[in-house]
Amino acid sequence: MAFLSNLVNGISLGSIYAIIALGYTMVYGIAKMLNFAHGDVIMVGAFIIFCGAQYWGLPPAVCILLAMLVCTVLGMTIEKLAYKPLRKAAGLAVLITAIGMSYLLQNTALLIWGANPKVFPGLFKLDTFRLFNGQLSIKPETLITILANIVIMVALTLFISRTKMGKAMRCVSEDRGAAELMGINVNRTISVTFAIGSALAAIAGWLLCSSYPQLMPTTGSMPGIKAFTAAVFGGIGSIPGAMLGGVLLGLIEIFGKAYISTELGDAIVFAVLIIVLLVRPTGLLGKPIREKV
Amino acid sequence: MNAKKKKLIISLSTYAVVIICFVILTVMINNKSISRTLKGMLIPICSWIVMAVSLNLVVGISGELSLGHAGFMSIGAFSGIIVSGWLLNGFQMADTTLRLVIALIAGGIAAGIAGTLIGIPVLRLRGDYLAIVTLAFGEIIKNVMNCVYVSVEGTGLNWGFLDANIPGKLLLNGPMGAVGVEKISTFTAGFLLVMFALFVVQNLINSRSGRAIMAARDNRIAAEAMGINITKYKMMAFVTGAVLAGMAGALYGLSMATLLPTKFSFNESINVLVFVVLGGIGNIPGSVISAAALTILPEKLRFLQNYRMLAYAVLLILVMLLSNNPLLKAMWRKLFSRKNGESGEEMRA
Amino acid sequence: MSEHKHRQQTQMVPYPSRASVPERDLGYMPVLECNHLGIEFGGLKAVDDFSVVMGRTEIGGLIGPNGAGKTTVFNLLTKVYQPTHGTMMLEGRDMGNMTTVDVSKAGIARTFQNIRLFNNMTVEENVRIGLHNEIRCGMFSGILRLPRYWKAEKEQHEKTLELLDIFDMAGMADERAGSLPYGAQRRLEIVRALATNPKLLLLDEPAAGMNPHETEELMENIMKIRDRFQIAILLIEHDMNLVMGICEDICVLNFGKIIAKGTPDEIQANPVVIEAYLGKRKEAEA
Repeated sequence: MAFLSNLVNGISLGSIYAIIALGYTMVYGIAKMLNFAHGDVIMVGAFIIFCGAQYWGLPPAVCILLAMLVCTVLGMTIEKLAYKPLRKAAGLAVLITAIGMSYLLQNTALLIWGANPKVFPGLFKLDTFRLFNGQLSIKPETLITILANIVIMVALTLFISRTKMGKAMRCVSEDRGAAELMGINVNRTISVTFAIGSALAAIAGWLLCSSYPQLMPTTGSMPGIKAFTAAVFGGIGSIPGAMLGGVLLGLIEIFGKAYISTELGDAIVFAVLIIVLLVRPTGLLGKPIREKV
Repeated sequence: MNAKKKKLIISLSTYAVVIICFVILTVMINNKSISRTLKGMLIPICSWIVMAVSLNLVVGISGELSLGHAGFMSIGAFSGIIVSGWLLNGFQMADTTLRLVIALIAGGIAAGIAGTLIGIPVLRLRGDYLAIVTLAFGEIIKNVMNCVYVSVEGTGLNWGFLDANIPGKLLLNGPMGAVGVEKISTFTAGFLLVMFALFVVQNLINSRSGRAIMAARDNRIAAEAMGINITKYKMMAFVTGAVLAGMAGALYGLSMATLLPTKFSFNESINVLVFVVLGGIGNIPGSVISAAALTILPEKLRFLQNYRMLAYAVLLILVMLLSNNPLLKAMWRKLFSRKNGESGEEMRA
Repeated sequence: MSEHKHRQQTQMVPYPSRASVPERDLGYMPVLECNHLGIEFGGLKAVDDFSVVMGRTEIGGLIGPNGAGKTTVFNLLTKVYQPTHGTMMLEGRDMGNMTTVDVSKAGIARTFQNIRLFNNMTVEENVRIGLHNEIRCGMFSGILRLPRYWKAEKEQHEKTLELLDIFDMAGMADERAGSLPYGAQRRLEIVRALATNPKLLLLDEPAAGMNPHETEELMENIMKIRDRFQIAILLIEHDMNLVMGICEDICVLNFGKIIAKGTPDEIQANPVVIEAYLGKRKEAEA
């Protein structure tokens, strides 16, 4: 039973990583940059939901929608102000700007909400599921997380493969110059990518804090780094890769903590990442790159 | 003036500026005309300068983005603390200077060994994948350091992994880190370490090995076709960087009474990277200046109170945006070329 | 390892007797011998059954339409790609287990179709990279500035200027390689390749982007290099004046296969070659 419960928890945690990783991987695939501020957008989303539920007394669904809206606007604004002017600059300059953005978001949150951890409220009051005569109990948040992940994955896959914007995204990710020549509005495509990634970050913020209800300005950093790891693990730039990487990472973390060592949980996660990258240098589902001579 | 002479002048003037700063600061310390906060920051500033110079060797000269440099600093710091505590408690070595020198060397060696072990797998990867693996190693080091217990008993050392029940006087106490460290680092030692790091890195760059390192960075395929063993030279830069970072760590660790393993987190690696980028990729004197300035800056911004780190973040973004603005870049180049007849160096990221 | 050595000793190539090698080179080991060399990329035979012999001081030409696999041959010879078929030998040494670095040390140097200089370094530093395995000085001598370092630096400097002088480029030694005009960059690549002290020099479209006057000069210089260093040169080139002017032996590739081999006169008269370049009327209509 402990195994099953770990399995469910692992998939749930992995689903959160997967949703965050989607934000990283889409932005990387299309804008070719590591958006280090992504983890902090999650934190902002969680704080908006917290305020909505705790202070403003909004209904749960409205809280989530509001958070998605705020994060979408935030993500697009960040892109427009900080990243767009650097589109032709060296990769490191963009990376440092993204790090600056991450500091900015964290410290703004610190000023608004303070450093003390807030207890995140459960939005939907549901009973814990009990299976096998109560031997296996599954929290409702866990199930919601897994469900949300599946819905998002299906929706995003359909969006990318069926819609015109999805096609444009694939084009830009393959060859930005050629896409531009074909009349695709690259700036708008990148903007939409940031919007989707940030809206997903809001959902991830909600799911993360539902399962681990402690909210502070630094809440987003570590899950952010791990989700980024998950994106690389699955093959950065690949949407199914982010999903697979996220879920696997969650499973490894939970099982590592349960069966090997609680203290070394993070070390195990990163060690597995390193081993995978050594065997498959571009991640699980990444395409090998060949340099033309 | 030919390129070679220009390089020589730049590297000599770097030494000169560091020496002048050291002399002025020493005089100020003797006159007691220096603020307490600044005085307390002098040794850390030296460590961060060495960190920045060594990371610039890896990122700027060798062209590999490393996001785990603080991991080597951590290894150096705790090795230095262990060796110093061991020599003091096990062998009653009272001479602090000698103990510091041995601790610095031990920190460098330990970090160098770690750098070699990590470098072998890491340097097979490229670009962002290499970056993420160095990040992963940095986090692993931090995590593992959290679980290590070391104590000194007689002239021997006892080790415990995830096990605090070891006899003797504890030097390293798992997640509590190092406690009751005897502060033996001095500003003079910091200054000498900075000079040493500059000497090693600048001389390395301007030698056959350094040129091979840069060739591997600029064009891997051409460098290989010229008979340069890419892995060997990437490794050389990576391990040299790790050794210097370890020494910087030992200096830093032995200047603090207590030191937590979580101090050397991803954020510190990123901080050092910020020093390197703002000082100029591949620009060694730039790293020295930016590391010193950016370590002092948050302190100087203290009057802003809670807005301090916010201001730092905004400043960071603005500097990146302005320094990469094509209009300003063109203006700068115009001004610069009139004086020098040579366009500003642009390095690949 | 021991097996490899064994093969090196026993598989000595007989001295060339065929007419494919100039008469003056007959008494020497051929610098390059390829037997049925080939490479497949996922089923596509990019180069197939490539067999050539090159004499010690021969100037050879490799021509063919775009996409015929010429640069792939260079990439095979320098082990950028590992051949899937066949063998190659450099002065009788089997190259099967060599890496790109080994090949360079063993004596094959190349230039690239799309120039690959170290753009941020000076002209002199670029040539010094070529001298990497010729004039050595270890890391510690470099850092500690031991006498060995100063000696090596001086030797490198002198040798660099001497090599740059071939193309009258000694005056540009301190310029940034990336800021040179196109033609000078091509010449610098040749100098850099020569610095590795090769036995065989591979030139990938050395005259690309040069005007007729520059090409004329380049032809003279290629001959000069051959005479002075007594090395073999294999070049890929689309400029037929250059190819027919200086190559002693020409090999025509099409779709990865050798369709003709011979002297410039033979090649020019070969109907198969004309067909490969211009197409066959009947087939084009069909």
